[in-house]
Amino acid sequence: MGKSNESQAKAGGSTLRRKKRSNMSLIMHRLAKNKVAMVSLGVLILLILVSIAAPLIAPYDPYAIDLSAMKQGPSKAHIFGTDSMGRDIFSRILYGGRYSLALGFIGSIFTAFIGTVFGTIIGYIGGRVDNVCMRICDVWQAIPGQLLAIVISVALGSGFFNTILAMSIGGIPMSIRSTRAMCLKEREMEYLESAVSYNCSKAKIMFKHMLPNIISPTIVGTTMSVGGTIMGAAGLSFIGLGIQAPTPEWGAMLSDARNMALLYPYMMIFPGLMIAITVLAINLFGDGLRDAMDPKLKN
Amino acid sequence: MGKYVVKRLLALVAIVFCVAVIIFTIMYFVPGDPALTVLGSTSTVAEREAYRESLGLNDPFFVQLGRFLYQTFIKFDLGTSYTSKAPVWDEFASRLPRTLLLGMICLFVNIIVGIPLGVVCALKQNKWADHVISVLAMIGVAIPGFWLAMLLVQLFSQQLGWLPAMGIDSWKCWIMPVIAGSLGGIANNLRMTRSSVLEVIRADLVTTARAKGLAEYKVTYKHILPNALIPILNQLGGQFGMVISGTVVIESVFSFPGIGTYMLSGISNRDYPVVRGCVLLLAIFSAAAVLLVDLAYGFIDPRIKAQYVAGGKKHGKK
Repeated sequence: MGKSNESQAKAGGSTLRRKKRSNMSLIMHRLAKNKVAMVSLGVLILLILVSIAAPLIAPYDPYAIDLSAMKQGPSKAHIFGTDSMGRDIFSRILYGGRYSLALGFIGSIFTAFIGTVFGTIIGYIGGRVDNVCMRICDVWQAIPGQLLAIVISVALGSGFFNTILAMSIGGIPMSIRSTRAMCLKEREMEYLESAVSYNCSKAKIMFKHMLPNIISPTIVGTTMSVGGTIMGAAGLSFIGLGIQAPTPEWGAMLSDARNMALLYPYMMIFPGLMIAITVLAINLFGDGLRDAMDPKLKN
Repeated sequence: MGKYVVKRLLALVAIVFCVAVIIFTIMYFVPGDPALTVLGSTSTVAEREAYRESLGLNDPFFVQLGRFLYQTFIKFDLGTSYTSKAPVWDEFASRLPRTLLLGMICLFVNIIVGIPLGVVCALKQNKWADHVISVLAMIGVAIPGFWLAMLLVQLFSQQLGWLPAMGIDSWKCWIMPVIAGSLGGIANNLRMTRSSVLEVIRADLVTTARAKGLAEYKVTYKHILPNALIPILNQLGGQFGMVISGTVVIESVFSFPGIGTYMLSGISNRDYPVVRGCVLLLAIFSAAAVLLVDLAYGFIDPRIKAQYVAGGKKHGKK
């Protein structure tokens, strides 16, 4: 992991520095030529649009309990069927996308933001600060991420922002570590020496000179982590933490469907399928983005 | 080298200690009153107060923390469950081996299925076998383990009736938890191995080996694979922790009587000693796995070994 990041940093840095502006358009160009990435981006945009427009599309209120229509399989009136309370599963999935997608994106971006800021500072300052922070990361990472998410989620209670926090905290040390590793490489570069020589402030060196050179592997890494965050959050909701019923988050819907799964399997098929499709689209797009940003890594 | 091993062992002890402090602190802030859970809502305020006092829950934070650390590390006592009144260790004695065994089987399957398939993909790059396996791996990464577990139960227990849906009465009960627990890991290992092998295939050392006139199988087994697999081995320690924490969710689908289900019951009962003990033990085993792999890695990879001998500090920083 560390190794690939380092090589990413090296390759990304050398191409980025030479031609900055044209490089961005090059990336876009390469990305646009990648059919798989474009299709998955399309699917992703569609998913986002559909969740935003859920009130316009959803045929029923996702919270509306209809005891006369309980546990009905897929039909014309309810294309994905109804759950144990007679709520329309299709409508709930549309609204659920809002929670699941937002959890994944906000959680991953939050992790990357904190990790990048601290990683850059630690990597640039180095010395004792670096040593102490790395030891803290060691301890932090000793607790497996999902386990830490469970414990934090227990402590904070359920809810949207608490779940984001629970999911993010476990990923932060990894993000700090990879940013720091890239910064250590950058610190040796001559452009930094020249920035120091004309008395550039530390903050400016870190965030104006160093950060742009390490940002592309960070963007790729963040994109790749969104899928994992969505799955992790769904897992939390599934075991009754995270987001709870009746909120139509996909993991919570699976948790709801679990007791009925043996008799009414359709209830658990669709939410799980949505998670899988979303994560697949994000990962495929992330792969494409990585190839476009760093063609040397393309296999 | 011996100095390095000792140093890493000491670091492990320090890490475990810090993890215990962190977990205690997080659990300290869990809302809810165990007295209310244990005694029920029919109990009087005075009864609950007396119960809290008897458990020492009214003491200041640092007193409680000190007591917890003393109990855990000096007396090796993880406390008594609030609900069952039995020592937490008693439950662990039967549950911990099951969870660890499940984790190790999953990790084993991850390795013996994922890595060879990854090698096949890389060697057959852009042929149909590569395309088919890579697409399956991509899908495998995207399927949540617990959903797969539910699908498996539906298919093999409900529809076909081949496998039991829960329990651990026979070896058959282990099949589905292992499949559900290892699919993601298999797919991850496969993808990592594939790209690692592809990276090495283009390295100069392979060109040199071919230029020497070595047979192709020798190039593959003696030059490509050792170089490509070392980075894969390095992350297996961390993978054990991931597998173990993944089993928490999967155990709950199969009502598998391991640490995961125990921990979840502890969570719903606000049974702090149970949750603390479960998380602490799982974290210790994950950290130990990382350490073991790191040490083994040092022996396997001559480059790292040379680094240790030259100066253990350099490696320790990374």
